[in-house]
Amino acid sequence: MSHRVAEPGAASARLGDRAFRGLTLAVGMGLIAVLVVVLWVLAQGGAPALARFGPGFLVGRNWDPVHQSFGALPYVFGTLVTSAIAITLAVPVAVGLAILLNEPVGRAVTAPLASFVDVLAAIPSVVYGLWGLAVLSPAMERHVEPFLRATIGRIPILGRLFSGTPSGGDLFTAGVVLAIMILPIVTAISREVFSVVPRDLREAAKALGATRYETIRMGVLPYARPGIVGATMLGLGRALGETIAVSMVVGGGRSVGASLFAAGSTIPSVIASQFLNAQGIGYHRPALLALALVLVTISLSLAALSRLMVRRTARLLDGGSVEGAAEGPALEVSG
Amino acid sequence: MKSLVVSDLSAWFGRKRVLRSVDMSAEPGSVTAIIGPSGCGKSTLLRCLNRMHEEVRGARAQGKVLFDGLDIYGPGVDPVDVRRRIGMVFQRPNPFPTMSIFENAVAGLRLGSKMRRAELQERAERALRASGLWEEVKDGLDEPGGKLSGGQQQRLCIARALAVEPEVLLMDEPASALDPASTLRIEELIQELKSRYNVVIVTHNMQQAARISDWTLFMLYGEVVEYAPTKKMFTTPEDRRTEDYVTGRFG
Repeated sequence: MSHRVAEPGAASARLGDRAFRGLTLAVGMGLIAVLVVVLWVLAQGGAPALARFGPGFLVGRNWDPVHQSFGALPYVFGTLVTSAIAITLAVPVAVGLAILLNEPVGRAVTAPLASFVDVLAAIPSVVYGLWGLAVLSPAMERHVEPFLRATIGRIPILGRLFSGTPSGGDLFTAGVVLAIMILPIVTAISREVFSVVPRDLREAAKALGATRYETIRMGVLPYARPGIVGATMLGLGRALGETIAVSMVVGGGRSVGASLFAAGSTIPSVIASQFLNAQGIGYHRPALLALALVLVTISLSLAALSRLMVRRTARLLDGGSVEGAAEGPALEVSG
Repeated sequence: MKSLVVSDLSAWFGRKRVLRSVDMSAEPGSVTAIIGPSGCGKSTLLRCLNRMHEEVRGARAQGKVLFDGLDIYGPGVDPVDVRRRIGMVFQRPNPFPTMSIFENAVAGLRLGSKMRRAELQERAERALRASGLWEEVKDGLDEPGGKLSGGQQQRLCIARALAVEPEVLLMDEPASALDPASTLRIEELIQELKSRYNVVIVTHNMQQAARISDWTLFMLYGEVVEYAPTKKMFTTPEDRRTEDYVTGRFG
């Protein structure tokens, strides 16, 4: 068999290659086409609103379907702020968990913990919303937020975030719910990232007399950084797009102030709550579509940014003896 | 410079026993080579000498390793302290990929204590000179360590190990992933280092052991078959199995 390479069988194998190539190409192009179509539909539908309000659409604070005045700033603000809170709270915990779950010792504790984190991912977002409304919101209002106001709230500048009257249904609570919701995905990906850090690097640090903490800081974290950025971006994508749970706890206000204890709204929550009632004439429907376009643009820009960050570190790693630097996944918006 | 004396050392991976009551010693100012076929336990023995063996899950060791009279497996001994005094170089060059050459060289000095920049620079230069890399990298200390060739990376790793000024240097087949020219360079380096360090090297290459070591330990199936001055080992070994191995009849 082996000495007959260019026999009839080979031609059909090449045919298989060509077919497979065509298939993968079609799938790849199909994905791009879907994105283009989505963007086009949103742009098309949102164009009247964008043409009517211009840049004022992005910086205007008034959203009034009755008087046909649409300014998206409160929603863009709410989306960015709740996502930022979620990332700030979730990423350190997720990275810490991922490190713990990758340590070679203490399997008896870490294995159940790992399944517990996975279970968090399986809870439907409406259940998070219910829990947020029934349990978290009151607790935030009565205990957590007054405590934060009395402690961090006293610090200059940073304290302004934690000033105002605690209400429970606010940007901060929504951020906390989001943090819990994105924790599993960020943890799972960070864990994968840590598991591919070469054992060589861990050992190199250990052999120099590094403690466990120093080993992680010196031998593991630098290598895993691009992957953690990727994990963070994926979590951010989830947070930006999450709709139901956020709508239930964010308060439904239109705050653009410094206080996180104010009721706000996010782009997905406002689209979900208003779109069905926006079928008539006027600019309400175009404004909501334009809002969706803004959300997609934010997501795509963040995805591009994360690619750049990942590539910069990956290039450094590629120059080294260790190949196959853990690259982060692209951003995706769900919900 | 301190001597290492191993007595009745056994080691396991899970249930599997990989070292059986090993006795050996390594004298300051000399190179001790550990040879034997694959899987004979030579790397495990080396990794027991600075308590790296136990870093693998399910691995444990039992016995005595006296370093300057102190048992490193004794109660209350912190493996972190042991490893700061007994340095190690691995088979595959493993510089930290995100660090510069300079940062790699001083990586061990950054642990535990804070050192002034000037002192770090001095120690980095000394270590890089000792590993013979200084002339090649002195103009590009801020370049990533991963940009160097394999042989240079290994000398960077040696510099990294030397920078903390250990008393013993353990080397686990340090040249086996390198080309012949780089191998020669590493062997010369080991010759230079032995006056100042107690060097213990694992090698699967008998010629290398014969060239660079003063003492040779031959292992088989986790046991020490023979431990003797290298010259004697390769000319008039006492054990039949040693003779078969060094003459290339098996292994």
